[in-house]
Amino acid sequence: MAEAPATPRSPLAGLAGALAGAQAGGVTLTERPARARLNLRLDPEDEEALAAAAAVLGAALPLAPNTAASAGDRTVLWLGPDEWLVTGPAAEADMLTGALAGRHHAITDVSAMYATLALSGANAREVLMKGCRLDLHPRAFAAGTCVQTALARAQVILHRSGNGQTYEITVRNSFSVYLATWLLDAMAEYRPA
Amino acid sequence: MLWIDCPWCGARPETEYRYGGEAHIARPDPAATDDAGWADYLFMRTNPKGVHAERWMHREGCRRWFNVLRSTVNNEVLAVYPMGAPRPDVPGGEAEGG
Repeated sequence: MAEAPATPRSPLAGLAGALAGAQAGGVTLTERPARARLNLRLDPEDEEALAAAAAVLGAALPLAPNTAASAGDRTVLWLGPDEWLVTGPAAEADMLTGALAGRHHAITDVSAMYATLALSGANAREVLMKGCRLDLHPRAFAAGTCVQTALARAQVILHRSGNGQTYEITVRNSFSVYLATWLLDAMAEYRPA
Repeated sequence: MLWIDCPWCGARPETEYRYGGEAHIARPDPAATDDAGWADYLFMRTNPKGVHAERWMHREGCRRWFNVLRSTVNNEVLAVYPMGAPRPDVPGGEAEGG
């Protein structure tokens, strides 16, 4: 008997009201809609596998640390020398599996593992600086940079999106309510009175 | 707070890492080792005053293991090198004690 596909439910559903109230002032916080996420691992020296993955994804896998690649609706984040996080429309796992058949690789669907928050606005960097030890100044953290680090002691993937206006914070579901609550508190001083 | 250069991600604070103990300890063949030799492998460490070769893992970053030469006197990180690579020579690299 076929089961109905489970509807993704945001771990941040309980904070919907608080997030709706965080859309004004010098910094705004929004939860990104649920996306398909794949953890992809393959040998970075296997040129044919890299090319096959790039053909499916529409973007070459970024090989430089702390970088990301985007193609249309899809983003590929560098996680390690042989590991990437692919975020995009659903149903690419089968295509990738087909394209990488016979190659040493691993594809893991981690769609339900993370929530992604988007922090935008003129004061977004100041908010992050309250809980992140890295140098977030544009000279050191250019648009397109993607790092894994700790934000308010929670492990996050911090991606400054292509236009540089938005920081996308990908965090494990179990830490998402804590981190969103922390961010809302850190944003308070930049909100209109 | 130590700042350690992850070979992949760059300089990160110590709190992002997991410490993995002394490096370059070869596991002996259990069948060919007596109890004293096995205990030596399990428990005995050099504990130098000076340069110490140790393993670290970038837990909150790329999750890769690597080796670090650190001075136990002043916590200065003297070298970072890959797992499996031989211990590099650094100035003042002769540890006291041991």
